[in-house]
Amino acid sequence: MSEKSIQRGEMVTFTLNGAQVKADPGWSLLEAIRFYGLDIPTLCYDEGLTPYGGCRLCVVELGSGKKAKLVASCVHPVREGLDVRTHSNRVLKTRKMILELLIARCSSSKKLQDMAALLELREVRFRPLNDDCILCGLCVRMCEEQMVAKAIGFAGRGKDRYITTPFDMTSEECRKCGACMYICPVCELRCQGPNAETTLCSGCINTEPVCTSEFDDAMCFMVPCLSCVKKPEDVK
Amino acid sequence: MKRKEKTTIDISGVDPIIDKYNTQQGSLISILQDIQEEYRYLPREALEHTARRLGIPRTQVFGVATFFKALSLKPRGRQLVHVCMGTACHVRGSQNVLEEVERRLAVKAGDTTPDGEYTLETVNCVGACALGPVVVMNEEYHGQMGPLKVEKILKKKRD
Amino acid sequence: MNISSIKELNDLRRKIQAKRDPDKPCITVCGGPGCLAKQCLDVRDEFISEIAAKSLKDKVDIRTTGCHGYCDRGPIALIYPRGIFYQRLTTKDVKEIVEETILNGRTVDRLIYTDTETGKTIENEEEIPFYKRQMQLVLKDNRRIDPHSIEDYIAIGGYSALAKVLGRMKPQEVLDEVKRSGLRGRGGGGFPTGVKWESTHNAPGEDKYVICNADEGDPGAFMDRSILEGNPHSVLEGMIIGAYAIGSHEGYVYVRNEYPLAVKNITIAIQQAQELGILGDNILGSGFGFDVRINRGGGAFVCGESTALMASLEGKPGEPRAKYIHTSEKGLWDKPSNLNNVETWANVPLIINNGSSWFSSIGTESSKGTKVFSLVGKINNTGLVEVPMGITLREIIYDIGGGIPGGRAFKAVQTGGPSGGCIPESLLDLPVDYERLTEVGSMMGSGGMIVMDEGTCMVDIARYYINFLQEESCGKCVPCREGLFRLGEILTDITKGRGKLEDIQLIEDLSGMMKDASLCGLGTTAPNPVMSTLNYFRDEYIAHIRDGKCPAGVCRELITFSIDEDNCTGCGVCLKNCPSGAITGEKKQVHVIDAQKCTKCGICYDSCKFDAIKKE
Repeated sequence: MSEKSIQRGEMVTFTLNGAQVKADPGWSLLEAIRFYGLDIPTLCYDEGLTPYGGCRLCVVELGSGKKAKLVASCVHPVREGLDVRTHSNRVLKTRKMILELLIARCSSSKKLQDMAALLELREVRFRPLNDDCILCGLCVRMCEEQMVAKAIGFAGRGKDRYITTPFDMTSEECRKCGACMYICPVCELRCQGPNAETTLCSGCINTEPVCTSEFDDAMCFMVPCLSCVKKPEDVK
Repeated sequence: MKRKEKTTIDISGVDPIIDKYNTQQGSLISILQDIQEEYRYLPREALEHTARRLGIPRTQVFGVATFFKALSLKPRGRQLVHVCMGTACHVRGSQNVLEEVERRLAVKAGDTTPDGEYTLETVNCVGACALGPVVVMNEEYHGQMGPLKVEKILKKKRD
Repeated sequence: MNISSIKELNDLRRKIQAKRDPDKPCITVCGGPGCLAKQCLDVRDEFISEIAAKSLKDKVDIRTTGCHGYCDRGPIALIYPRGIFYQRLTTKDVKEIVEETILNGRTVDRLIYTDTETGKTIENEEEIPFYKRQMQLVLKDNRRIDPHSIEDYIAIGGYSALAKVLGRMKPQEVLDEVKRSGLRGRGGGGFPTGVKWESTHNAPGEDKYVICNADEGDPGAFMDRSILEGNPHSVLEGMIIGAYAIGSHEGYVYVRNEYPLAVKNITIAIQQAQELGILGDNILGSGFGFDVRINRGGGAFVCGESTALMASLEGKPGEPRAKYIHTSEKGLWDKPSNLNNVETWANVPLIINNGSSWFSSIGTESSKGTKVFSLVGKINNTGLVEVPMGITLREIIYDIGGGIPGGRAFKAVQTGGPSGGCIPESLLDLPVDYERLTEVGSMMGSGGMIVMDEGTCMVDIARYYINFLQEESCGKCVPCREGLFRLGEILTDITKGRGKLEDIQLIEDLSGMMKDASLCGLGTTAPNPVMSTLNYFRDEYIAHIRDGKCPAGVCRELITFSIDEDNCTGCGVCLKNCPSGAITGEKKQVHVIDAQKCTKCGICYDSCKFDAIKKE
């Protein structure tokens, strides 16, 4: 797609599952695909936040034959002449395996189980872990871009990567707005309330935590102090 | 949960380092490496000061400090023992050498001995493959290492 | 001194050359990584004091250079003007060399190379088979210059390519010449260099960056280190020429922080170039300005990937991004950036000086020029070799490398580091070429070439590479982060005798998904070592899983150590050295290993001088 067509505001034409479609040159493939009513599963994507391209569930196949490849549609721009297939065998196999890996990581997540059912994933062939974060980064981007607080971020690397406040300590920047909990796909894994699977109780942000004046590392929802379910005297 | 501690670290050494790099954000890693060389680790106060002066979020500084293996938030020992785990050394038996060092120092790779004397780390290839397996102790190279030679080189402490 | 025109550079060169007498005796000591590790600096210092003691300081030069390549024979010294090659030196040999060779013109035969086939000694470096069969273009000048001396570099013709470019060529002509040469990226990607330069040149924007990737992270590879340490100016010259062709005025050299000597040498080179006026504004009076800064890596293999490297140059964690928009368009600080490997840059002055036709006459149809490889592992002649593309693996390993030590059998050669694959004996006649190596499931990579023999377990090698990548993955994308974790679990299970036959299918599924969906090259190529070993050595995997055996005798849980009664002399050395107290026995009586206590560390196996410890 040339610089000139962007300047003239010309639409871009490409092939989507065999049909010729037009799209705004500033769009990502995912935006164009959803515009045309097709749906693709995503986890780390949100319309209001910068696309991340980390979960890879949104992959689509470009081209055919030996040069065909999978790309993350949320970060790949639309281009003139692309041949896009959203549900090829290669794509479906990949999506299933990604979800299989995520469920093996966070085996008690209802949201992931629901997505698995839609993709007809029936078996998880890996040893299950009970983690509570899929590292999609939505909370980080929400905090930075929408709430402009930058209270949390990624730390570490590889399988030791995790999300935390700087130095794993109480954050001065955190305003306890709860936006990170709102946007998190697997937040029910952390909620200590009675109906975690369907409703986050938000007890952790509605109660005034007793301990922040005394302790360095109370981070509210990140490491729940359980003040919502325990009496202050019980908190050690 | 820990109780809040009052800590006092002298961070006066940090400003000259930041000035040396003209407070350039792109030089963050170099700045942190220089701070670490001065303090033997990265004190939290030094990192927060750096974030303030460079005008970058603390999350970014913490992210960088925990991403790169060369950077350490915990004090490192006076003696640095690096066992090369590059492929050429691996093929010549570096795993056995590492285990012997771990056994003798009673510490796992990545950690420092409780007395603060030795830090043991693995490195991925120091470029002395002709001599594998290689152990670098305080920047001194020891080649053709075997478990039987470990005791001798560990005795070569520096002050 | 500061020069501000091409004429002044030429005058300076003539002046330096006039001061030098080519027949003056010179002791050249190799200061490459291998020799340094063997204390060559002690040998060098001994030469200095012996020369001073014999009052020869003004009559004999001593020069410490970068790597010559023959690491197996280090410490090495070349005695000019005859070019006598002395090997495996210790400080004790120095006095004799000065007395015999320097003062009396005689060779010290015991320190000279002996050809194992003919039994004859070979005095001259160029005649030694290890060197004779190589084609040293990039490494050639290592032995001629002190890397801390810009004068040495200029004396042998250094910066004449730059003068040619700034004096007589327009940027587009330089781009065309590099494109015609067929030079491809030496970092592993193999992308046509001239095309990359041209895209960066054509990208819109005033500010452009030129970057040298010296983050050589492949374990077992030290080519870039040796080029950067031994001939830093050749890399700088290439970068300045590239910057001119592309239209960039700001450059970076990103050096791995595990290479402090390389950092030191390139820093000195840049300083000297700045002082002379080779870097800065108005270089050689051309009106073109360019300067270079050095950044050190922080211990992250992933920062060898171009977008991760650029992120780290921006003061961020080294997380790659998908390259749907190329870095030649949006790279460092979202500006057009051209990143090339150390060896790629070092080839540029050669191409300019000798011409693209000369360069493209070397190599194969698709892969032109030479490639530097680090030949290591189970090989006799360990070291750096530079060979024309198209040479076969067999020639490298046997003719140059001298084959496998101890007469053991060759098993496989690994190229391309953690992104490459293992190549078995049946494919040894494969010509070294970007496409051919990729076709067989490996890749050229940056140049690491690890030779393995019958004592190497290929399943263990796969597990080794996966563990390595697990530590180095940035963790951003699910395929790589979770895929490597689970592959690591499976391979560890197999090496510990807990594998199941279904694991093979699982390995193949994980590998396919990682290749397809990972965000960057680390993830997409991570399955290569596993898949290539599974492909060519499937029987080893089956032996581990189905029979609970490790044919190579490496995987601890699957081997047992025992003492051979016939050979055991009861000397007690194994008992003394056993860290787990698993060996019992009286003096001069046959000893016994308690299998329950044995941790399979292998120390007894290494210490027994009577071949009495059996491993099966």
